[in-house]
Amino acid sequence: MFPKIPQFPIRHRVYTMFKIVVCVKAVPDPKEACNIKIDPATKTLMRCDVPMVLNPLDKYALEAALQFKAEFDAHISVLSMGPPEAGNIVKECLALGADRGFLLSDRAFAGADAFATAYTLAKGIEKNGPYDVVFCGMASSDGSTEWVGPEIATFLKIPVVTRIKEIVEYNGQWWTVKAELENGYRLVRVQIPAVFTVTRELNTPRRLSFSGIIKARKKEITRWGIQELGVPEESVGLKGSPSMVSTIASMDSRRKVEILEGKREEKAEQLVQRLVNAGVI
Amino acid sequence: MIDFTFTEEQEMFRKAAQEFAETQVAPNVPEMEKTGKASQDLVKAMAEAEMMALTIPEEYGGLGLGYTARFIALEEISKVSVAAGMMLQVFALGIEPILKFGSDAQKKNFLPGLATGERLASTAVTETTGGSDPTGIRSTYKKDGEDYILNGRKCFITNSHIADTITVLAKDDENPKAFSTFILEKGMEGFKATHEENKVGMRGCNTGELAYENCRVPKENLIGVEGKGLGVALAAIGDVGRGGMVACALGLQAACLEVSVKFANERILYGKPISRLQTIQNKLADMKIDLEAGRLLGYKAASMQDKGERSSNEFAVAKYFTTEAAQRAAKMASDIHGGYGCMEEYAVSRYMRDSFVLGPSAGTSDIMKVIIARWTLS
Repeated sequence: MFPKIPQFPIRHRVYTMFKIVVCVKAVPDPKEACNIKIDPATKTLMRCDVPMVLNPLDKYALEAALQFKAEFDAHISVLSMGPPEAGNIVKECLALGADRGFLLSDRAFAGADAFATAYTLAKGIEKNGPYDVVFCGMASSDGSTEWVGPEIATFLKIPVVTRIKEIVEYNGQWWTVKAELENGYRLVRVQIPAVFTVTRELNTPRRLSFSGIIKARKKEITRWGIQELGVPEESVGLKGSPSMVSTIASMDSRRKVEILEGKREEKAEQLVQRLVNAGVI
Repeated sequence: MIDFTFTEEQEMFRKAAQEFAETQVAPNVPEMEKTGKASQDLVKAMAEAEMMALTIPEEYGGLGLGYTARFIALEEISKVSVAAGMMLQVFALGIEPILKFGSDAQKKNFLPGLATGERLASTAVTETTGGSDPTGIRSTYKKDGEDYILNGRKCFITNSHIADTITVLAKDDENPKAFSTFILEKGMEGFKATHEENKVGMRGCNTGELAYENCRVPKENLIGVEGKGLGVALAAIGDVGRGGMVACALGLQAACLEVSVKFANERILYGKPISRLQTIQNKLADMKIDLEAGRLLGYKAASMQDKGERSSNEFAVAKYFTTEAAQRAAKMASDIHGGYGCMEEYAVSRYMRDSFVLGPSAGTSDIMKVIIARWTLS
């Protein structure tokens, strides 16, 4: 029923401890969405005015890792690329239960698109050592491209399953997952190491706890820049980004209002006619 | 130079408390408002979220996070429900006499259960004849062999009907100048919670009366030295009680400002949001000034408390300012909301009712002024 995927080499690993990597991103607080401004010159988000928080979907990715760890012997590394302030969200992940945090931070990484971000994260994952599973949120609340997860998998040369909503079975090196489709789901059996991007349906993320925050005091955050990753400057940040934002515009969300006149029956008739004309009924 | 920034860890405490308040406290508010009863679900959730363990040292099963962390948690919870904040603040108030003045045996016996929320705490000083002046109380204790026999009644006691472990102040039956503090436990013969109050605000935070009639209390439950109990009760109320009320008041002020800004931006009058009217802006500015000033007073005192310094006078200033400011904020928020401010569907009507309960709790504004004047003249 589930043929092996030939294009990926079969990797055999002696399991001492399962290694999970969770990629997370600091995004402008969605609660402050109305205050987010866009720089008209660079067409990038002006992040300084809005507090940064852990990307909401990344919480589900971390929760998937934490739930696996609750059942099996596992070590969770959290990886983020961002400015030094993004260390806060890595710390938050450590407080939620991750074991080790990595912040990839360097001026050279600034202005990265999804491609350059995925490349940098993939290099960080490789530098961190052997891994079995990489979890990412399906998308970030600011960019929302859904590209970073699949592109990390491409750089790591491992399979990816996007939009997973349920992990049906962990069976050694073969995992079975349900992945969301518009009108249903795909049941996918995949060989790990693999990248999974997760949806909100996968689990219910835990809340920060006071004792978790205390435990995080002893957990380490490693900061790597371009030197530590050993990558060429032209492959990262703005220079390593093949995509560009050509233009950016605000959506006009005003609604058209029309007041119907006449008796109640006439107004009902007019309303029905308009709904028919609009293709609603 | 003084550093006014919160640490990264304190910011995380705030976030944890915010998440707790939004997901666990908020859903219980309508039922608490309707029935006026403490929500068992909320108490359970508070225990699971380790809210009762904040000030208890790790060696007794607590988190040992201290008073600023407690202050942050109370502020965030009170932003969603002052009743929930008040309930939590009095759990800590009940724990404090054992923490500060209890023997090692008492700490080992009582604190672990109080830290997990398995047992709930309160403190009982106020009587019809004395609250802010505790020397006026009529409850008595009498030595009987190795035990003490307590008789009397307490009123306006927060958590009266839900607390399991209550520190009670009583005076010597034979020496009206000697006071002692005892740990009373639910189930002790002759000790019971009686009348439950129906308050105008902070509904869902249980307040009521306690009665103890020939209640036999073992000597192991005497806190500190016999005859020196007034200092035990006053120290807990002065620092932890007042401090908790400041945090509750700040939470309410912040809530008033937040809903007012939202409403003022959405409410259109004369073809534009009312937030563009100078008269509304004045109110919003006044609320912001009060909130910022109150935070400086409150967090300064909490920081002193964490350093082990006496902070009851600083908290008296902060309590006077913030509870008065909370009443002003609730009134201004209600004014900004116009007719909507009188409707129960809008939170501002609850804020208005809650703001009036903040004043008398842990000492009225007039009593705060007495304390502040005494401090100033000393």
